[in-house]
Amino acid sequence: MSSSISFTHNKYYSWCRNNLFSSWINGIITILSIYFIYEVSSFFLNWTIFEADFVNNFRGEKITDRTFCSKNIEPGQHGACWAIIIVRFHQFIYGFYPVEEAWRVNLVYGLLPFALVGIFFDNLPFRKYFIYFTFLFPFIGYFLLYGGAGLDVVGTSKWGGLLVTLFLGVTGILLAFPLSIILALGRRSKMPVIKTICIIFIEFIRGVPLITLLFTANVMLPLFLPEGVRPDNLLRALVAVTLFQSAYMAEAIRGGLQAIPKGQLEAAQSLGLTYWQSTRKIILPQALKISIPPIVNTCIGLFKDTSLVLIIGLFDLLGVGRAAVADIDWAKLHYEVYVFISLVFFIFCFGMSRYSLYLEKKLKTDNS
Amino acid sequence: MSNSFLRKLIFDEKIRSLVVQTLIIGIFALIIYLITQQTAYNLEKRGIGTGFGFLNMSAGYDISIRLIPYTSESTHFRAYLVGLINTLMISICGCFLATILGFLVGIIRLSSNWLFRNIAYVYVEFTRNVPVLLQIILYYTILLYLPKIKQALVLFDTFYITNRGIYSPSPIFKDGFSIVAWSFVIAIIFTIFLKKYFKKKQEQTGKQYPIFYVNSALIIFTPIIFYYIMGMPLDFDHPILKGFNFKGGMVVRPEFMGMLLGLSIYTAAFISETVRSGIMAVSKGQREASQALGLKNNLVLRLIVIPQALRVIIPPLTSQYLNLTKNSSLGIAIGYADLVHGFGGISLNQTGKAIEIMSMVMITYLTISLTISLFMNIYNKAVQFKGNA
Repeated sequence: MSSSISFTHNKYYSWCRNNLFSSWINGIITILSIYFIYEVSSFFLNWTIFEADFVNNFRGEKITDRTFCSKNIEPGQHGACWAIIIVRFHQFIYGFYPVEEAWRVNLVYGLLPFALVGIFFDNLPFRKYFIYFTFLFPFIGYFLLYGGAGLDVVGTSKWGGLLVTLFLGVTGILLAFPLSIILALGRRSKMPVIKTICIIFIEFIRGVPLITLLFTANVMLPLFLPEGVRPDNLLRALVAVTLFQSAYMAEAIRGGLQAIPKGQLEAAQSLGLTYWQSTRKIILPQALKISIPPIVNTCIGLFKDTSLVLIIGLFDLLGVGRAAVADIDWAKLHYEVYVFISLVFFIFCFGMSRYSLYLEKKLKTDNS
Repeated sequence: MSNSFLRKLIFDEKIRSLVVQTLIIGIFALIIYLITQQTAYNLEKRGIGTGFGFLNMSAGYDISIRLIPYTSESTHFRAYLVGLINTLMISICGCFLATILGFLVGIIRLSSNWLFRNIAYVYVEFTRNVPVLLQIILYYTILLYLPKIKQALVLFDTFYITNRGIYSPSPIFKDGFSIVAWSFVIAIIFTIFLKKYFKKKQEQTGKQYPIFYVNSALIIFTPIIFYYIMGMPLDFDHPILKGFNFKGGMVVRPEFMGMLLGLSIYTAAFISETVRSGIMAVSKGQREASQALGLKNNLVLRLIVIPQALRVIIPPLTSQYLNLTKNSSLGIAIGYADLVHGFGGISLNQTGKAIEIMSMVMITYLTISLTISLFMNIYNKAVQFKGNA
C-alpha cells in the first residue's frame, strides 16, 4: 500500500498523468503524437545528418559537383548533400565580394552586435556611448564595405548573400527609425496639413505590397531624377525598404503614443515645457519603451521581407540560393539549399521574437 | 511694428502653425513640380509617350492560369482583368484555408495535452520565422518533384496527381441544374427565417427546439431531392491521358497550389496566435460562471467563450487577411500569373509605361485593402459590445 502511494506522489508520474493521460482521448492523442514525432524527426534527422554527405561521399571521395553526391550515385538510399553549401559557403555569406577583402565584411559582422546592444538592453553600462555608436555604425559599415579613402572600392553589384540581407535589414531599420518617429508624431499633430500628409503616406505604404514599391523604386526612381544621378540597384531597394519599414514602425510607435495618459503632456506643459521639449523629454521616452515589442515585430517582418529583393534581381541570401540551384554543376539540390536558408532566417527571426517576448514580460512586471 | 509682427510669427501658436503649414505645402508643391518636369523630360528623351491608350493594344503574351477567356491577341486591359481575378482568387482561397488551419492550430495550442500543443507550437515557430517567399518557392519545388504525367498518381480512379498539376473531373451542368441550385439557395433563406421563428418561440415558451438538426437536414436534403426530381442533371467530364497530356477535366496548376500552400501555411501560423490570445483573453470567471449555470461544455464554448473571443480576434485577423492579400503578389517568383506578374511585369516590360501601370497596380491593391478593412470593420462592429459598456 505505502509503496503505491509514494509512487503516485512521484512528481514525474503526476506530471505525465495531468499533461499526457488525463483522459483516454488524451492518451490516444499522446500515443499518436509520439508516433508522429518519431516518424518526422527520424526522417528529418536521417536526411539532414545521419545519411547525409558533408565533404566526402559514402565512397570517401571529395564532392566537387553533383555527380559525386551519394544520393545521385545510389538513388533513394542517402540523405542530403550538404557539399553544395560548403563549396559555396563564401557566396552565401559574402556574395561575390572578393575573397581577399572579406575581412572587411567580417569586421562589419563583428561590429554589428555592438551597434545593436545599446538599443536592445537598457541596463547596459555606458549605454550612451553604445547608442552613439549605433548612429555612427551605418556610416562606418558603409565605408568599410564600399571602400574608398585607402580601401579598394567594392561595388554594390558584388555584394550578395547574407551581406545584402543584413545590409538591407539593419540599414533599413536604422534609417526608418527616425523617419517613423516623425511620421507617428505628425499623424497626431494638430496641424491638418501635416496630419493629412502623414496619414496618406502611412496608409498608402501599408496598403500596397512591398514588391510594388520595389518595382516602383527600381523602374521609376531613374525617371524622377535628373540624368547622371543613377542610384545603383541596392540603393534603390534600400529606399523602398526604408519607406516601407517607416510606415509600419510609425504605426507601432503611434500605439505607444496613444497609451501615454494625457495628463503627462498637460503636466509637462504646465511646467512651461514647449512642444518639442515635452515630446523629447516626457512623451517619447515613455512611448518608445512601450512600443519596443511591436517595433521588434515589424523588424522581424522586414528582415523576412528583404528576401523579396531577389525579384528585382538582387542577390540576397535567397537570391544566391536560387543561383546555386540553377548552376548545372549542382542542379537539383533544391532542398539542401532551401533548408539551409530557412535555418539562417529562422535563427535570426526566432532570436528577435524571443527578445520581444522577454521585453513584454519585463514591461509587464514593471507596470504592475 | 514689424517687430511685433515677427514676435507674433514666433510666439503666437495659431499664426506659427499657419506659417509652418503654408511652408510645407510650398515645399511639397515645389518637389512635385520638379519631379514632374524631370519625368516629362526623361520620358520625352527616351521616346516614351504617356496615357492609357496602350490598354487597348494587343498584349501578345499568353497566361496559362485564367478564369475568363484570354488569348495572346487580347488587350492589355484584358490581361489586367485576368491578373486581378487571379489575385482575388488566390487571396480568397488563401484566406479561407488559412482561417481554418489557423483556428485549428490555435485551438490545439490550448490543448491540455502537453505533446499535442507543443507540436502545434513547433509548427507555428518554424513557419512564421521563415520568409513566406522562401516557403512558396519550397512548396512549389516539392510539387514539381511529383511524378510525371505518364506515371501519374491516381486517387479513387478520378484524381490524377502529376508535376503539371492535379487533374480532376469537371462538372457539366445539364438543363434543369439551375433549379437544383436555386432550391439550395431557397433552402438557406428559409432556414434563416426558421431560425428566427424558433428563437422567438423559445423566448416566449422557454422550450428548446432542435434548430441545428432541422436546418442542416433542410439544407442538405432539399437540393438532393430536387436533384433526383429533375432527373440527375449533372455529368462529369473525366480527364483522359492523350499523348503527352490530359484532355478534358479540370486542372489545378502547381503554381496555384504552391501559392496557396505557402500563403495559407504561413498566415495560419499568425492567425493561430491571434486565436490563442483571443480565447485566453476571455477571463476564466466567464467559463466558470456559465458552468455554474449548468451549461454544457459545447454551449459554454458556443455561447460564452467564442462570442467574447471574436471581439479580440477580429481586428488582428483583418490585418492578417490584408497581409495575405498583399503577399499574393509574390506569385511572380514561381510564375503564378497574378496582377504583378502579368500586367505589372510583362505588360510593363513590353510597353514601358511604368508610371501608368504601376499606379494602376497600386491603386488596385489599395482598393482591395480598403474593401477588406471596410467589410471586416462592419463585421467587427456587429460582434462588439452593444450599448454603453
